[in-house]
Amino acid sequence: MPLYRDVGVVLRTHKLGESDRIVTLITQDSGKVRAVAKGIRKTTSKFGSRLEPMSHVQVQLYRGRELDIVNQVELVEVTTATRRNLEATTDGLAMCEVVEQLAHERSPSPHLYRMLVGALRQLNSEYSALLLPALQLRLLQEEGVGPCVDRCIVCSGTEDLVAIDVQGGGVQCRHHRRGTAISPRALAILQEVLDGRITSVVRNNDLPNDTVREVVSYGRSAMEHHLERRIRSSSLFEAPRP
Amino acid sequence: MQAMIDSLARLPGVGPKSAQRIAFHLLKSDVEEVKKLTNAIQEARGSVRFCDRCFNFSETTYCHLCTDERRDTSVLCVVEESRDVVALEKTGQFRGRYHVLLGAINPLEGTGPEHLKVRELLLRLEPEGVQEVILCLNPNTEGDVTAMYLARLLKPLGVKVTQLAMGLPVGGDLEYADEVTLGRALMGRREVGE
Ligand SMILES: [Zn+2]
Ligand SMILES: [Zn+2]
Repeated sequence: MPLYRDVGVVLRTHKLGESDRIVTLITQDSGKVRAVAKGIRKTTSKFGSRLEPMSHVQVQLYRGRELDIVNQVELVEVTTATRRNLEATTDGLAMCEVVEQLAHERSPSPHLYRMLVGALRQLNSEYSALLLPALQLRLLQEEGVGPCVDRCIVCSGTEDLVAIDVQGGGVQCRHHRRGTAISPRALAILQEVLDGRITSVVRNNDLPNDTVREVVSYGRSAMEHHLERRIRSSSLFEAPRP
Repeated sequence: MQAMIDSLARLPGVGPKSAQRIAFHLLKSDVEEVKKLTNAIQEARGSVRFCDRCFNFSETTYCHLCTDERRDTSVLCVVEESRDVVALEKTGQFRGRYHVLLGAINPLEGTGPEHLKVRELLLRLEPEGVQEVILCLNPNTEGDVTAMYLARLLKPLGVKVTQLAMGLPVGGDLEYADEVTLGRALMGRREVGE
């Protein structure tokens, strides 16, 4: 079996047998890769906790027919702050989940790797609830299905944009409104994100919670519409609490 | 025959290849031997249930740990599975009671608190006079998420919430420990000679 090296982010893991796990990674050079980490669930495993979801790692793998085999792992950066915060952890896992859905096995997609690493790094340095929707919108843009947010999707008018429609793929003026209502403030954030000004959006601490919720909710429904599937990590704590 | 292989392959630790191997083995075995095995499985499944209070495996309504008068009811140890109770009991260091969640929160699989025995945990606190809850969950992402969620739920109720000091495996060399484990061990450090 040929041995190769790559860097990647762990997207998810599955238990396999008594002590192994199948680890799914988004790598820089080989796209989505699934590999077996042997003995990883034993406390004495040489892999330790390096192959948990969200870990940014350098790996050495044996190329197999369907599944590769992990030979060596080194952590590229730690995500300690994220892992100590429930919201940051669930958002980070949602990021991994979305990328896992978008990526194809062994088909190089360096932009997915790069964008996920960037988002997780920011999440770890300072938590913002806007990071997840920002990543989702940028990913949709990369897929060529980014929403149109600067003019009405029916009449191309730029005045009085009051609603946004996931199915229609963008905003609507008062006259053509069909989707959900959106505030001018939330719309401005969507515009900034799609223009690539994520950092300034995230650093803005003065945003009202309602505005943040609007953006979070739109990012999620737009991505779920595209994937034709719910994002599980985001639905986790929606059920009424005991 | 395929139905048998499919059923076997769903067992933990059994892949499609081993399922096939087990199936062939059973088909070649003595009919009486196979009957013995199926009877044993059926009997065990029929008689073992979950304890009504802590959800540990039990053959009676309440398990032997819940009915043991000598155990301290003010300390409750929360674990993911019954086998964790077995592991902790082997240490002989814990004299309180347990609560088995029957799993852990797993965001990527969509397993939320409502799928676990969380509500049942909350309902035990007052009647049993629980003062401390020790979260003994697996040191992985699911265990961490579950611990953070439970801590947030329990702390406002006035119970002390503690966690296992996750440290280095005994018998291992420090230099081989990964960064996360080493970091956790640092966080859980204590005074020498304590
Ligand atoms: Zn219009
Ligand atoms: Zn019990």
